[in-house]
Amino acid sequence: MSTIDMAQTPLRQVNETLQAQALAGANAEYTLDNPRGAHAVAVGLNGPLSVRVNGSTGYYCGGMNKEATITVTGSAGPGVAENMMSGTVVIEGDASQYAGATGHGGLLVIKGNASSRCGISMKGIDIVVHGNIGHMSAFMAQKGNLVVLGDAGDALGDSLYEARLFVRGSVKSLGADCIEKEMRPEHLTLLADLLAKAGADAKPEEFRRYGSARKLYNFNIDHAGEY
Amino acid sequence: MDKTPPTMPRQSWTFSNEVNAEIRRAAATGIYDIRGGGAKRRVPHFDDLLFLGASVSRYPLEGYRETCGTKVTLGTRFAKKPIELDIPITIAGMSFGSLSGPAKEALGRGATLAGTSTTTGDGGMTEEERGHSEKLVYQYLPSRYGMNPDDLRRADAIEVVVGQGAKPGGGGMLLGQKITERVAGMRDLPVGIDQRSACRHPDWTGPDDLEIKILELREITGWEKPIYVKVGGSRPYYDTALAVKAGADVVVLDGMQGGTAATQDVFIEHVGQPTLACIRPAVQALQDLGMHREVQLIVSGGIRTGADVAKALALGADAVSIGTAALIALGDNDPKYEAEYNAMNTTAGAYDDWHEGRDPAGITTQDPDLMARLDPVEGGRRLRNYLSVLTLECQTLARACGHNHVHNLEPEDLCALTMEAAAMAQVPLAGTNWYPGKPGF
Repeated sequence: MSTIDMAQTPLRQVNETLQAQALAGANAEYTLDNPRGAHAVAVGLNGPLSVRVNGSTGYYCGGMNKEATITVTGSAGPGVAENMMSGTVVIEGDASQYAGATGHGGLLVIKGNASSRCGISMKGIDIVVHGNIGHMSAFMAQKGNLVVLGDAGDALGDSLYEARLFVRGSVKSLGADCIEKEMRPEHLTLLADLLAKAGADAKPEEFRRYGSARKLYNFNIDHAGEY
Repeated sequence: MDKTPPTMPRQSWTFSNEVNAEIRRAAATGIYDIRGGGAKRRVPHFDDLLFLGASVSRYPLEGYRETCGTKVTLGTRFAKKPIELDIPITIAGMSFGSLSGPAKEALGRGATLAGTSTTTGDGGMTEEERGHSEKLVYQYLPSRYGMNPDDLRRADAIEVVVGQGAKPGGGGMLLGQKITERVAGMRDLPVGIDQRSACRHPDWTGPDDLEIKILELREITGWEKPIYVKVGGSRPYYDTALAVKAGADVVVLDGMQGGTAATQDVFIEHVGQPTLACIRPAVQALQDLGMHREVQLIVSGGIRTGADVAKALALGADAVSIGTAALIALGDNDPKYEAEYNAMNTTAGAYDDWHEGRDPAGITTQDPDLMARLDPVEGGRRLRNYLSVLTLECQTLARACGHNHVHNLEPEDLCALTMEAAAMAQVPLAGTNWYPGKPGF
């Protein structure tokens, strides 16, 4: 286990070190102290590495992550794990806007709440939020799974493509072309797996599934009023 | 028998045949017209400017003997590895999906032969393009289709696209006809559905956020790559100033004649400013910030000839970018396909339904049979030739004005033929020492 004090070490040096270690593929473990809300912490990691950030981070922590496991003990600013390809990012506190935006793969776990636009334009990532999510979450979400143990805000899944949304609590409103769908056995199995990976204490049967009505997939003037 | 002279039938200027046809089309379909390309309306352009040439007060350089440099370096502000180009003309971003794989390969080949860069576009980076482009700019777009850190690292520069001239403030729509298995796979979406490209980025809004986004991209790529910020020509002074503030190495400014793969005609024709009107405000912003030539300016939108290139540089740009002209060089809208254009109720030169994927020239299509019509090697050679001509023409004009590098062209080398062009370019109306808005008048 190595420790880097971000109060004493420039961001460039921090990321350079972590990126080199990830690329070395040695499964090393790093702890970052005093992140003090710094932006772009532990971005672009490209290999197996374990990073524990003691504190809270600013924008884009874990951006474009591949294979690495990043844990933030505090809260995360906007765009945490944006465009993640694989690996795991865990936020023990809350996450700000755009959590997991455009993520292509991997698992993002938010143990607190996530703000608006969680999972916006997601492209294959799995996101599990233990608390609530804000409005316009999963906007234009293409692929992957968004699991919410709490409530969802307005316009959930607006202009959704093929991503699957699972919400245990209430949904304030659904966005354009997003509808509730039947929960089939394969969804319960998938959900059970995601909940277990995210360390979430919930039963799959307690959730409702939402997805695309696919009415907006090809432009039709008769559907123009839906958005 | 009535001997009253007949009234001559008179067409309305307001309700012209063209306008009426569009009304009938809209009434029949209920859908606005979508097309490719840039603004087709007549707007003040580089044609409205002239070079003054050498005179008693300035002497020219010998056309076939004396050197006139054309090299340009982009990304000198922060990037560890700036891009060095042999010519001040680059290939603009055009997506794989809207263009065929062979077309992207041909662009890469032509650009490489000419010593310049090409640019990806929405939809991600293809092997055809990376493999044949010595210098490749990777666009970072709102849709993030195909975005991944590996391609980001193997790019030579990154272009954060905020807007484009054909549609400042608008997104895009690649219609289902062109969404083949390969295109869909690169975009993580089902085959055959319309694919929306969002109008704004999903994880940042405003210049303060953009600064942090650029920081993230630099951290991911080790501060090696020049970061471009591309804006549509709407508020060029402020957009340029804010891009500089956000940390851009290069600003790409695209006027309303700049093309798009598919957008509403009403958007293309009614939003944004002509390229000519955008350059001076952008240059002024750079000068006000003390960043002219330190942050490079690339201008695009309606560049066709070496004269256009020279005029854009004279107004303060460091380089230009071409898109539509490059496609025409490859064979787009070639009269040899006239019969096929006629069959689609259009004619060579006017074909703009690129989104339908039926391009006879095999460029804006994903149809295997049509795609096969474009030989990427021959296409690349044609593009190289065209880029060479643009460069030679630009050098010719620069030498005539007495400059040993195209970057030494300046506004004082120009005059304007019209009041509008004089006002936009801030160069004197021909025969006067005045332009509208000139201080002191």
